[in-house]
Amino acid sequence: MGALVLLLIIIAAIAIMAIGMYNSLITLRNRCDNAWSQVDVQLRRRYDLIPNLVETVKGYAKHESGVFERVTQARAAAVNAQTVKDQGQADNVLTGALKSLFAVAEAYPDLKANQNFLMLQEELAGTESKVAYARQFYNDVVMKFNMKQQVFPSNILASMFGFKTKEYFQIEEEVAKGPVKVSF
Amino acid sequence: MYEQISRNKWKSAALILFFVAFIFLLTWFFEYVTGWGKGGLVLAVVVSMTMAAVGYYASDKIVLTISRARPATKEEFPYLYNVVEGLAIAAGLPAPRCYVIDDTAPNAFAAGRKPETAVICVTTGILEKLNRVELEGVIAHEMSHIKNYDVRLQTLVVVMAGIVALLSDWMLRSFLWGGGRRRGGRDRSGSGGAGGVLIIVGLALAVLSPFIATIIQLAVSRKREFLADANGAMLTRYPAGLASALRKISADTEPLEAANKATAHLYIVNPLKNIKGGVNKLFSTHPPIEERIAALEKM
Repeated sequence: MGALVLLLIIIAAIAIMAIGMYNSLITLRNRCDNAWSQVDVQLRRRYDLIPNLVETVKGYAKHESGVFERVTQARAAAVNAQTVKDQGQADNVLTGALKSLFAVAEAYPDLKANQNFLMLQEELAGTESKVAYARQFYNDVVMKFNMKQQVFPSNILASMFGFKTKEYFQIEEEVAKGPVKVSF
Repeated sequence: MYEQISRNKWKSAALILFFVAFIFLLTWFFEYVTGWGKGGLVLAVVVSMTMAAVGYYASDKIVLTISRARPATKEEFPYLYNVVEGLAIAAGLPAPRCYVIDDTAPNAFAAGRKPETAVICVTTGILEKLNRVELEGVIAHEMSHIKNYDVRLQTLVVVMAGIVALLSDWMLRSFLWGGGRRRGGRDRSGSGGAGGVLIIVGLALAVLSPFIATIIQLAVSRKREFLADANGAMLTRYPAGLASALRKISADTEPLEAANKATAHLYIVNPLKNIKGGVNKLFSTHPPIEERIAALEKM
Protein backbone atom coordinates (compact mmCIF):
# COMPACT_ATOMS: atom_id res chain seq x y z
CA MET A 1 0.00 0.00 0.00
CA GLY A 2 2.73 2.42 1.10
CA ALA A 3 4.85 1.41 -1.88
CA LEU A 4 1.95 2.03 -4.27
CA VAL A 5 1.39 5.54 -2.93
CA LEU A 6 5.10 6.25 -3.25
CA LEU A 7 5.08 5.00 -6.84
CA LEU A 8 2.08 7.18 -7.69
CA ILE A 9 3.80 10.21 -6.18
CA ILE A 10 6.93 9.55 -8.22
CA ILE A 11 4.92 9.12 -11.42
CA ALA A 12 3.00 12.31 -10.75
CA ALA A 13 6.24 14.22 -10.10
CA ILE A 14 7.76 12.97 -13.34
CA ALA A 15 4.60 13.88 -15.26
CA ILE A 16 4.61 17.40 -13.85
CA MET A 17 8.29 17.81 -14.76
CA ALA A 18 7.63 16.51 -18.26
CA ILE A 19 4.75 18.94 -18.78
CA GLY A 20 6.94 21.82 -17.63
CA MET A 21 9.75 20.83 -19.99
CA TYR A 22 7.39 20.32 -22.93
CA ASN A 23 5.83 23.74 -22.38
CA SER A 24 9.17 25.48 -22.16
CA LEU A 25 10.25 23.80 -25.40
CA ILE A 26 7.10 25.08 -27.10
CA THR A 27 7.61 28.56 -25.66
CA LEU A 28 11.18 28.66 -26.90
CA ARG A 29 10.17 27.46 -30.36
CA ASN A 30 7.58 30.22 -30.60
CA ARG A 31 10.14 32.74 -29.43
CA CYS A 32 12.48 31.59 -32.19
CA ASP A 33 9.75 32.11 -34.78
CA ASN A 34 8.96 35.52 -33.37
CA ALA A 35 12.65 36.50 -33.37
CA TRP A 36 12.96 35.34 -36.96
CA SER A 37 9.99 37.45 -38.00
CA GLN A 38 11.81 40.44 -36.45
CA VAL A 39 14.81 39.71 -38.66
CA ASP A 40 12.47 39.34 -41.60
CA VAL A 41 10.76 42.69 -40.97
CA GLN A 42 14.09 44.49 -40.93
CA LEU A 43 15.36 42.66 -44.01
CA ARG A 44 12.18 43.64 -45.94
CA ARG A 45 12.67 47.23 -44.87
CA ARG A 46 16.19 47.07 -46.18
CA TYR A 47 15.05 45.61 -49.52
CA ASP A 48 12.45 48.37 -49.82
CA LEU A 49 15.08 51.05 -49.38
CA ILE A 50 17.45 49.70 -52.02
CA PRO A 51 15.50 50.60 -55.22
CA ASN A 52 15.24 54.22 -54.02
CA LEU A 53 18.93 54.30 -53.31
CA VAL A 54 19.80 52.85 -56.71
CA GLU A 55 17.57 55.43 -58.43
CA THR A 56 19.18 58.30 -56.54
CA VAL A 57 22.70 57.16 -57.36
CA LYS A 58 21.71 56.54 -61.01
CA GLY A 59 20.76 60.18 -61.34
CA TYR A 60 24.40 61.14 -60.77
CA ALA A 61 26.36 58.16 -62.05
CA LYS A 62 24.58 56.76 -65.09
CA HIS A 63 27.43 54.80 -66.60
CA GLU A 64 28.12 52.62 -63.53
CA SER A 65 25.45 50.21 -64.75
CA GLY A 66 27.44 47.11 -63.70
CA VAL A 67 27.17 48.04 -60.05
CA PHE A 68 23.43 48.76 -60.27
CA GLU A 69 22.82 45.43 -61.94
CA ARG A 70 24.70 43.56 -59.25
CA VAL A 71 22.79 45.31 -56.48
CA THR A 72 19.46 44.67 -58.18
CA GLN A 73 20.26 41.01 -58.78
CA ALA A 74 21.51 40.48 -55.23
CA ARG A 75 18.37 42.12 -53.90
CA ALA A 76 16.12 39.89 -56.00
CA ALA A 77 17.99 36.81 -54.80
CA ALA A 78 17.66 37.90 -51.18
CA VAL A 79 13.94 38.67 -51.52
CA ASN A 80 13.29 35.20 -52.95
CA ALA A 81 15.39 33.28 -50.42
CA GLN A 82 13.45 30.58 -48.62
CA THR A 83 15.49 28.99 -45.82
CA VAL A 84 17.43 30.70 -43.08
CA LYS A 85 20.68 29.50 -44.63
CA ASP A 86 19.83 30.82 -48.12
CA GLN A 87 18.70 34.09 -46.62
CA GLY A 88 22.02 34.45 -44.81
CA GLN A 89 24.01 33.79 -47.97
CA ALA A 90 21.92 36.05 -50.20
CA ASP A 91 22.16 38.78 -47.61
CA ASN A 92 25.93 38.55 -47.53
CA VAL A 93 26.11 38.95 -51.31
CA LEU A 94 23.78 41.95 -51.10
CA THR A 95 25.91 43.55 -48.38
CA GLY A 96 28.97 43.18 -50.64
CA ALA A 97 27.12 44.72 -53.61
CA LEU A 98 25.89 47.65 -51.50
CA LYS A 99 29.42 48.32 -50.33
CA SER A 100 30.56 48.71 -53.92
CA LEU A 101 27.59 50.99 -54.59
CA PHE A 102 28.65 53.29 -51.75
CA ALA A 103 32.25 53.08 -52.93
CA VAL A 104 31.06 54.34 -56.33
CA ALA A 105 29.13 57.16 -54.64
CA GLU A 106 32.36 58.34 -53.04
CA ALA A 107 33.57 59.49 -56.45
CA TYR A 108 30.65 61.91 -56.94
CA PRO A 109 30.79 64.93 -54.62
CA ASP A 110 27.39 66.24 -55.82
CA LEU A 111 25.77 62.95 -54.92
CA LYS A 112 27.38 62.91 -51.49
CA ALA A 113 25.88 66.33 -50.78
CA ASN A 114 22.39 65.30 -51.96
CA GLN A 115 19.95 65.48 -49.04
CA ASN A 116 17.93 62.55 -50.29
CA PHE A 117 21.03 60.41 -50.64
CA LEU A 118 22.20 61.31 -47.12
CA MET A 119 18.83 60.39 -45.70
CA LEU A 120 18.77 57.07 -47.53
CA GLN A 121 22.28 56.38 -46.36
CA GLU A 122 21.30 57.00 -42.71
CA GLU A 123 18.15 54.88 -43.09
CA LEU A 124 20.13 52.06 -44.65
CA ALA A 125 22.83 52.22 -41.97
CA GLY A 126 20.14 52.23 -39.28
CA THR A 127 18.30 49.33 -40.86
CA GLU A 128 21.51 47.37 -41.29
CA SER A 129 22.32 47.70 -37.60
CA LYS A 130 18.73 46.68 -36.82
CA VAL A 131 19.20 43.60 -38.99
CA ALA A 132 22.39 42.87 -37.07
CA TYR A 133 20.66 43.27 -33.69
CA ALA A 134 17.65 41.22 -34.78
CA ARG A 135 20.02 38.51 -35.98
CA GLN A 136 21.87 38.62 -32.67
CA PHE A 137 18.59 38.27 -30.77
CA TYR A 138 17.45 35.45 -33.06
CA ASN A 139 20.73 33.58 -32.57
CA ASP A 140 20.51 33.99 -28.79
CA VAL A 141 17.00 32.55 -28.71
CA VAL A 142 17.97 29.74 -31.09
CA MET A 143 20.91 28.90 -28.86
CA LYS A 144 18.59 28.57 -25.86
CA PHE A 145 16.14 26.45 -27.84
CA ASN A 146 18.83 24.15 -29.22
CA MET A 147 20.47 23.83 -25.85
CA LYS A 148 17.18 22.84 -24.24
CA GLN A 149 16.85 20.07 -26.81
CA GLN A 150 20.33 18.76 -26.17
CA VAL A 151 20.72 18.80 -22.40
CA PHE A 152 19.51 15.99 -20.14
CA PRO A 153 16.67 15.36 -19.29
CA SER A 154 14.75 17.58 -21.71
CA ASN A 155 16.54 15.91 -24.67
CA ILE A 156 14.46 12.75 -24.08
CA LEU A 157 11.25 14.71 -24.39
CA ALA A 158 12.52 16.71 -27.37
CA SER A 159 13.33 13.57 -29.36
CA MET A 160 10.06 11.93 -28.29
CA PHE A 161 8.02 14.79 -29.70
CA GLY A 162 10.28 15.33 -32.69
CA PHE A 163 11.58 18.82 -31.95
CA LYS A 164 14.23 19.93 -34.42
CA THR A 165 17.15 22.24 -33.75
CA LYS A 166 16.99 25.59 -35.57
CA GLU A 167 19.68 27.01 -37.83
CA TYR A 168 21.71 30.00 -36.78
CA PHE A 169 21.65 33.05 -39.02
CA GLN A 170 25.30 33.34 -39.92
CA ILE A 171 27.48 35.85 -41.67
CA GLU A 172 30.18 34.40 -43.86
CA GLU A 173 33.24 36.29 -42.81
CA GLU A 174 35.02 36.30 -46.16
CA VAL A 175 32.08 37.86 -48.00
CA ALA A 176 30.78 40.34 -45.47
CA LYS A 177 34.07 41.50 -44.07
CA GLY A 178 36.26 41.09 -47.14
CA PRO A 179 37.67 43.99 -49.16
CA VAL A 180 35.40 45.77 -51.62
CA LYS A 181 36.25 45.32 -55.27
CA VAL A 182 35.30 48.19 -57.51
CA SER A 183 35.91 48.06 -61.24
CA PHE A 184 35.69 51.28 -63.18
CA MET B 1 19.29 39.32 -13.66
CA TYR B 2 15.86 37.84 -12.93
CA GLU B 3 16.59 38.28 -9.21
CA GLN B 4 17.31 41.92 -9.92
CA ILE B 5 13.96 42.29 -11.67
CA SER B 6 11.96 40.77 -8.81
CA ARG B 7 13.97 42.73 -6.25
CA ASN B 8 13.14 45.94 -8.14
CA LYS B 9 9.44 45.12 -8.30
CA TRP B 10 9.41 44.27 -4.60
CA LYS B 11 11.24 47.47 -3.69
CA SER B 12 8.81 49.52 -5.81
CA ALA B 13 5.81 48.03 -4.03
CA ALA B 14 7.45 48.59 -0.64
CA LEU B 15 8.18 52.16 -1.60
CA ILE B 16 4.55 52.82 -2.50
CA LEU B 17 3.30 51.30 0.79
CA PHE B 18 5.85 53.23 2.77
CA PHE B 19 4.87 56.37 0.95
CA VAL B 20 1.13 55.90 1.57
CA ALA B 21 1.76 55.29 5.26
CA PHE B 22 4.02 58.29 5.47
CA ILE B 23 1.65 60.70 3.72
CA PHE B 24 -1.22 59.33 5.79
CA LEU B 25 0.57 59.98 9.06
CA LEU B 26 1.75 63.36 7.89
CA THR B 27 -1.73 64.51 6.82
CA TRP B 28 -3.32 63.15 9.96
CA PHE B 29 -0.72 64.81 12.13
CA PHE B 30 -1.16 68.09 10.30
CA GLU B 31 -4.91 68.02 10.85
CA TYR B 32 -4.52 66.97 14.45
CA VAL B 33 -2.39 70.04 15.06
CA THR B 34 -4.78 72.31 13.15
CA GLY B 35 -7.78 70.66 14.94
CA TRP B 36 -9.87 69.20 12.10
CA GLY B 37 -10.92 66.15 14.06
CA LYS B 38 -12.41 63.05 12.39
CA GLY B 39 -12.83 64.59 8.96
CA GLY B 40 -9.06 64.88 8.93
CA LEU B 41 -8.64 61.12 9.15
CA VAL B 42 -10.80 60.55 6.06
CA LEU B 43 -8.96 63.28 4.23
CA ALA B 44 -5.66 61.69 5.20
CA VAL B 45 -6.69 58.39 3.61
CA VAL B 46 -7.90 60.10 0.44
CA VAL B 47 -4.85 62.31 0.10
CA SER B 48 -2.33 59.52 0.62
CA MET B 49 -4.05 57.12 -1.79
CA THR B 50 -4.51 59.74 -4.50
CA MET B 51 -0.93 60.87 -4.28
CA ALA B 52 0.39 57.32 -4.52
CA ALA B 53 -1.87 56.55 -7.49
CA VAL B 54 -0.90 59.72 -9.32
CA GLY B 55 2.74 59.09 -8.46
CA TYR B 56 2.52 55.57 -9.84
CA TYR B 57 0.62 56.21 -13.06
CA ALA B 58 1.96 59.63 -14.02
CA SER B 59 5.49 59.32 -12.69
CA ASP B 60 7.11 59.19 -16.12
CA LYS B 61 5.24 62.28 -17.30
CA ILE B 62 6.16 64.13 -14.11
CA VAL B 63 9.81 63.24 -14.51
CA LEU B 64 9.84 64.32 -18.15
CA THR B 65 8.18 67.62 -17.25
CA ILE B 66 10.64 68.33 -14.44
CA SER B 67 13.50 67.61 -16.82
CA ARG B 68 12.01 69.95 -19.46
CA ALA B 69 12.02 67.19 -22.06
CA ARG B 70 10.05 67.31 -25.30
CA PRO B 71 9.01 64.42 -27.56
CA ALA B 72 11.52 63.67 -30.30
CA THR B 73 9.97 63.15 -33.73
CA LYS B 74 11.34 60.64 -36.16
CA GLU B 75 11.69 63.35 -38.82
CA GLU B 76 13.83 65.54 -36.61
CA PHE B 77 15.98 62.84 -35.01
CA PRO B 78 16.13 59.86 -37.40
CA TYR B 79 19.53 58.92 -36.06
CA LEU B 80 18.32 58.64 -32.44
CA TYR B 81 15.28 56.63 -33.53
CA ASN B 82 17.33 54.17 -35.54
CA VAL B 83 19.69 53.55 -32.64
CA VAL B 84 16.88 53.17 -30.09
CA GLU B 85 14.83 50.87 -32.34
CA GLY B 86 17.89 48.75 -33.11
CA LEU B 87 18.72 48.22 -29.45
CA ALA B 88 15.09 47.52 -28.58
CA ILE B 89 15.26 44.68 -31.09
CA ALA B 90 18.51 43.46 -29.56
CA ALA B 91 16.95 43.48 -26.09
CA GLY B 92 13.70 41.92 -27.33
CA LEU B 93 11.64 44.84 -26.00
CA PRO B 94 9.07 47.10 -27.64
CA ALA B 95 10.75 50.31 -28.85
CA PRO B 96 10.53 52.98 -26.10
CA ARG B 97 9.35 56.49 -26.96
CA CYS B 98 12.14 59.04 -27.42
CA TYR B 99 12.42 62.43 -25.74
CA VAL B 100 15.07 65.13 -25.98
CA ILE B 101 16.22 67.88 -23.63
CA ASP B 102 17.57 70.95 -25.41
CA ASP B 103 20.82 71.23 -23.52
CA THR B 104 24.40 71.01 -24.69
CA ALA B 105 25.48 69.02 -21.60
CA PRO B 106 25.71 65.37 -22.70
CA ASN B 107 23.52 63.03 -20.62
CA ALA B 108 20.67 60.52 -20.88
CA PHE B 109 18.10 58.71 -18.78
CA ALA B 110 15.22 56.25 -19.02
CA ALA B 111 11.91 56.41 -17.15
CA GLY B 112 8.60 54.59 -16.97
CA ARG B 113 6.65 51.96 -15.09
CA LYS B 114 7.20 49.00 -17.40
CA PRO B 115 8.97 48.24 -20.67
CA GLU B 116 5.79 48.78 -22.73
CA THR B 117 5.42 52.41 -21.64
CA ALA B 118 9.06 53.30 -21.06
CA VAL B 119 10.73 56.40 -22.45
CA ILE B 120 14.34 57.16 -23.24
CA CYS B 121 15.39 60.75 -22.92
CA VAL B 122 18.67 62.20 -24.20
CA THR B 123 20.08 65.72 -24.35
CA THR B 124 20.76 67.26 -27.73
CA GLY B 125 24.35 67.60 -26.49
CA ILE B 126 24.85 63.85 -26.33
CA LEU B 127 23.66 63.48 -29.92
CA GLU B 128 26.21 66.01 -31.08
CA LYS B 129 29.16 64.92 -29.00
CA LEU B 130 29.06 61.12 -29.28
CA ASN B 131 29.62 58.98 -32.37
CA ARG B 132 27.29 56.17 -33.35
CA VAL B 133 29.08 53.40 -31.44
CA GLU B 134 29.22 55.49 -28.26
CA LEU B 135 25.56 56.49 -28.52
CA GLU B 136 24.63 52.83 -29.00
CA GLY B 137 26.53 52.06 -25.80
CA VAL B 138 24.60 54.71 -23.87
CA ILE B 139 21.20 53.67 -25.26
CA ALA B 140 22.03 50.01 -24.52
CA HIS B 141 22.75 50.98 -20.89
CA GLU B 142 19.35 52.69 -20.68
CA MET B 143 17.66 49.76 -22.41
CA SER B 144 19.08 47.47 -19.70
CA HIS B 145 17.63 49.74 -17.00
CA ILE B 146 14.25 49.32 -18.71
CA LYS B 147 14.62 45.56 -19.06
CA ASN B 148 15.64 45.16 -15.39
CA TYR B 149 12.70 47.26 -14.13
CA ASP B 150 15.20 49.71 -12.64
CA VAL B 151 13.17 52.47 -14.27
CA ARG B 152 10.03 51.71 -12.26
CA LEU B 153 11.80 52.10 -8.94
CA GLN B 154 13.90 55.04 -10.04
CA THR B 155 10.98 56.98 -11.51
CA LEU B 156 8.85 56.36 -8.42
CA VAL B 157 11.68 57.57 -6.22
CA VAL B 158 11.89 60.87 -8.10
CA VAL B 159 8.19 61.56 -7.69
CA MET B 160 7.85 60.42 -4.09
CA ALA B 161 11.01 62.07 -2.85
CA GLY B 162 9.84 65.17 -4.69
CA ILE B 163 6.40 65.11 -3.03
CA VAL B 164 7.89 64.60 0.43
CA ALA B 165 10.28 67.50 -0.11
CA LEU B 166 7.45 69.68 -1.37
CA LEU B 167 5.18 68.77 1.55
CA SER B 168 7.79 69.43 4.18
CA ASP B 169 8.40 72.81 2.62
CA TRP B 170 4.67 73.58 2.51
CA MET B 171 4.08 72.41 6.09
CA LEU B 172 6.93 74.52 7.35
CA ARG B 173 5.45 77.62 5.74
CA SER B 174 1.88 77.07 6.89
CA PHE B 175 3.04 76.39 10.44
CA LEU B 176 5.13 79.52 10.41
CA TRP B 177 2.26 81.66 9.14
CA GLY B 178 -0.21 80.06 11.52
CA GLY B 179 2.18 80.57 14.42
CA GLY B 180 2.74 84.18 13.44
CA ARG B 181 -0.96 84.98 13.32
CA ARG B 182 -1.60 83.44 16.68
CA ARG B 183 1.23 85.36 18.25
CA GLY B 184 -0.08 88.67 16.87
CA GLY B 185 -3.79 88.12 17.60
CA ARG B 186 -3.90 86.79 21.14
CA ASP B 187 -2.51 88.07 24.41
CA ARG B 188 1.20 87.74 25.12
CA SER B 189 0.92 84.67 27.32
CA GLY B 190 -0.35 82.61 24.30
CA SER B 191 3.00 82.67 22.56
CA GLY B 192 4.05 79.53 24.43
CA GLY B 193 1.74 77.42 22.19
CA ALA B 194 3.23 78.79 18.99
CA GLY B 195 6.66 78.01 20.32
CA GLY B 196 5.54 74.42 20.94
CA VAL B 197 4.33 74.07 17.35
CA LEU B 198 7.60 75.43 16.05
CA ILE B 199 9.50 72.84 18.04
CA ILE B 200 7.32 70.09 16.53
CA VAL B 201 7.92 71.50 13.06
CA GLY B 202 11.62 71.55 13.69
CA LEU B 203 11.49 67.95 14.81
CA ALA B 204 9.38 66.92 11.82
CA LEU B 205 11.81 68.55 9.42
CA ALA B 206 14.75 66.97 11.16
CA VAL B 207 13.08 63.61 10.58
CA LEU B 208 12.12 64.46 6.98
CA SER B 209 15.45 65.39 5.44
CA PRO B 210 17.23 62.12 6.13
CA PHE B 211 14.03 60.40 5.07
CA ILE B 212 14.22 61.98 1.63
CA ALA B 213 17.86 61.00 1.43
CA THR B 214 16.91 57.45 2.41
CA ILE B 215 14.36 57.05 -0.35
CA ILE B 216 16.85 58.33 -2.85
CA GLN B 217 19.44 55.93 -1.52
CA LEU B 218 16.95 53.11 -2.04
CA ALA B 219 17.13 53.62 -5.77
CA VAL B 220 20.82 53.91 -5.68
CA SER B 221 22.93 50.94 -5.74
CA ARG B 222 26.33 50.71 -7.23
CA LYS B 223 25.36 47.25 -8.39
CA ARG B 224 22.48 48.65 -10.44
CA GLU B 225 24.75 50.85 -12.56
CA PHE B 226 27.40 48.18 -12.98
CA LEU B 227 24.75 45.67 -13.99
CA ALA B 228 23.24 48.04 -16.54
CA ASP B 229 26.72 48.68 -17.97
CA ALA B 230 27.36 44.95 -18.24
CA ASN B 231 23.96 44.15 -19.76
CA GLY B 232 24.33 47.08 -22.13
CA ALA B 233 27.67 45.76 -23.28
CA MET B 234 26.02 42.39 -23.85
CA LEU B 235 23.46 44.03 -26.14
CA THR B 236 25.97 45.88 -28.30
CA ARG B 237 28.68 43.22 -27.91
CA TYR B 238 31.09 46.13 -27.80
CA PRO B 239 31.95 47.36 -24.24
CA ALA B 240 34.54 49.81 -25.58
CA GLY B 241 31.76 51.95 -27.07
CA LEU B 242 30.11 52.60 -23.70
CA ALA B 243 33.50 53.02 -22.01
CA SER B 244 34.47 55.71 -24.48
CA ALA B 245 31.05 57.37 -24.10
CA LEU B 246 31.38 57.44 -20.30
CA ARG B 247 34.83 58.95 -20.61
CA LYS B 248 33.52 61.67 -22.95
CA ILE B 249 30.45 62.46 -20.81
CA SER B 250 32.43 62.70 -17.57
CA ALA B 251 35.16 64.80 -19.18
CA ASP B 252 32.50 67.34 -20.15
CA THR B 253 32.35 69.89 -17.34
CA GLU B 254 29.05 71.48 -18.26
CA PRO B 255 26.27 70.83 -15.69
CA LEU B 256 22.75 69.98 -16.85
CA GLU B 257 20.42 72.77 -15.73
CA ALA B 258 17.21 70.72 -15.86
CA ALA B 259 18.55 68.11 -13.41
CA ASN B 260 18.20 68.36 -9.64
CA LYS B 261 18.88 66.22 -6.60
CA ALA B 262 15.65 64.30 -6.97
CA THR B 263 16.32 63.35 -10.59
CA ALA B 264 20.13 63.05 -10.56
CA HIS B 265 20.15 59.33 -9.88
CA LEU B 266 18.26 58.66 -13.11
CA TYR B 267 21.00 59.88 -15.41
CA ILE B 268 23.73 57.71 -16.85
CA VAL B 269 26.38 60.03 -15.40
CA ASN B 270 25.73 62.32 -12.44
CA PRO B 271 24.52 65.59 -14.03
CA LEU B 272 25.31 67.78 -10.96
CA LYS B 273 28.98 68.07 -11.71
CA ASN B 274 29.71 71.46 -10.23
CA ILE B 275 28.56 70.66 -6.69
CA LYS B 276 31.11 68.91 -4.56
CA GLY B 277 31.68 68.09 -0.91
CA GLY B 278 29.76 67.15 2.24
CA VAL B 279 26.04 67.29 1.46
CA ASN B 280 26.54 66.13 -2.08
CA LYS B 281 28.28 63.01 -0.85
CA LEU B 282 25.10 62.01 0.94
CA PHE B 283 23.38 62.19 -2.41
CA SER B 284 26.23 60.49 -4.23
CA THR B 285 24.21 58.44 -6.67
CA HIS B 286 26.72 56.99 -9.07
CA PRO B 287 29.75 54.77 -8.64
CA PRO B 288 32.94 56.52 -9.76
CA ILE B 289 33.25 56.68 -13.55
CA GLU B 290 36.81 55.31 -13.44
CA GLU B 291 35.58 52.10 -11.82
CA ARG B 292 32.82 51.68 -14.38
CA ILE B 293 35.22 52.22 -17.27
CA ALA B 294 37.72 49.77 -15.74
CA ALA B 295 34.97 47.16 -15.40
CA LEU B 296 33.94 47.65 -19.03
CA GLU B 297 37.51 47.40 -20.26
CA LYS B 298 37.98 44.07 -18.48
CA MET B 299 35.09 42.47 -20.41
